[in-house]
Amino acid sequence: MITIEHLSVSFGAVQALRDVSMEVATGKITAVLGSNGAGKTTLLRTISGLEEPTTGSIDLDGKSLLRERPENIARLGVGHVPEGRGVIGEFTVEENLRLGAMISTTPLRAGLDEQYERFPVLGERRKQHAAKLSGGERQMLAMARALIARPTVLLLDEPSLGLAPLITAQLMRAIHDLCSTGSLTVILVEQNASSALRIADHAVVLHLGSVVANDTADLVAADEKLRQYYLGMVE
Amino acid sequence: MDPILTSRIMSDVLGGLTNGVVYGLVALSLVLVWRSTGILNFAQGAMPMFATYVGMGLLSYHLSYWPCVAISIVAGFAVGGVTERVLVRGLYGKPEINPIVVMVGFLIVLEGAAAAIWSTKPRGLPNPFSSIDYQIGGKPFGLSDFSVFEIITAVAVMVIIASLFRFTKLGLQLRASALSPEVSRLLGVRVGRMLTLGWMLSTGVGTVTTILVASNYFTGLTPQVMDGVFAFGFIAAAVGGLDSPVGAIISGISIGIILQFVGDYFNSNDIILVALLILVVSLMVRPNGLFTRSSVRRV
Repeated sequence: MITIEHLSVSFGAVQALRDVSMEVATGKITAVLGSNGAGKTTLLRTISGLEEPTTGSIDLDGKSLLRERPENIARLGVGHVPEGRGVIGEFTVEENLRLGAMISTTPLRAGLDEQYERFPVLGERRKQHAAKLSGGERQMLAMARALIARPTVLLLDEPSLGLAPLITAQLMRAIHDLCSTGSLTVILVEQNASSALRIADHAVVLHLGSVVANDTADLVAADEKLRQYYLGMVE
Repeated sequence: MDPILTSRIMSDVLGGLTNGVVYGLVALSLVLVWRSTGILNFAQGAMPMFATYVGMGLLSYHLSYWPCVAISIVAGFAVGGVTERVLVRGLYGKPEINPIVVMVGFLIVLEGAAAAIWSTKPRGLPNPFSSIDYQIGGKPFGLSDFSVFEIITAVAVMVIIASLFRFTKLGLQLRASALSPEVSRLLGVRVGRMLTLGWMLSTGVGTVTTILVASNYFTGLTPQVMDGVFAFGFIAAAVGGLDSPVGAIISGISIGIILQFVGDYFNSNDIILVALLILVVSLMVRPNGLFTRSSVRRV
């Protein structure tokens, strides 16, 4: 379980997160929703150690992640697929995956085979440079690269950004399937609220860095005010 | 073709190749640092010079040649690693002029320190191989045992570096850290260590180059031993592309051969002029370098 308490993050005079508290249950999907500038990406980057909070705490199964370096947090089992996917375009598909497998204790070949089975298109393009992949394929590669390290927590930042609706639907199904075993905890940051709420167990809505809703995904989806004012889901 | 002319051309090509692999190695060491940290290391000649003095200085204590070479290279790794940790680490993310000023200052400090410790008098290094040119038909051929050794050493270093980057886990992490440090950290790569390692490798390669240069009978080891070679290596790196190890080596060899012809057919004073001309023209035609694929980065 990830426990976040009274977390605030500032960039100079700009306060990106204000007193954010939330719990992310093990084996569940928690969607973090909100408009541009709500602080969603900052929240994920702070959990991963890329940003330093001004106040507050982040614990993973009772262990504090504060002041841990990003590489150590990754080694503790937190995988992060950043906004824009972060695949290394100069690397081939397989090199990207080998890089992701660096901290895994699973034999490399078994890890690669598992990901090629999960995302067959990556197997077909294993020798191709990542820069030449389509947006959807890059997203698959970014997820496979995070998953090959066998994380216990997966942070996904706007995975549907720039993808066609059909690809987004497939992607969301893949995320849902990943969590079906109950061993992987997902924090899913999305602007595409309807897609995220469809697969999430829990949802947190941020607005200008503050939590305005923190409830089950069904209740958030049913809240007309939230839908209209914070999630842009106008009927 | 006139056999005398043929022999002269062959001699120039081989002599240029010998110089060129040295320029290529200097360019390669510059590229290693640039790719991993985005810093143009103007002390790239002085740092290995200092390590070479440390290692080869042990010859005075009756240690034989090859152990001294090995110790010099280890000292090169140490100088590179310590420099990155102590001097360079605080420069990342700072305005691009800062590392340039700091590294030029470091070059002056190292050369001054070497002069104070070991004097400016050239110190001859024992040459493990003969420098007398091979003869064909009574004419010098442009190659000697030592120049063959230089070429083999340079090729071996290049193959080792290329294999490290291409085929090992460590190389994958080094490349990833250079290309995308933030993503690498998110994947558990210890980027700080990789940056240090990049500087260590670069100075290690530089130390091998310095030993080759200083082993030349006419040069010897001095605090400024690498200044001239650095200039040509820098031009080779800029022409080939600061992001391209292959470009660094190919342009180093090409520049070596071209300048050998210039020195032979024109005047040795024209060599630096032609080298600068090559730099200017290549920067006008392809500012990123002839072999680089990535976008331009301001220096």
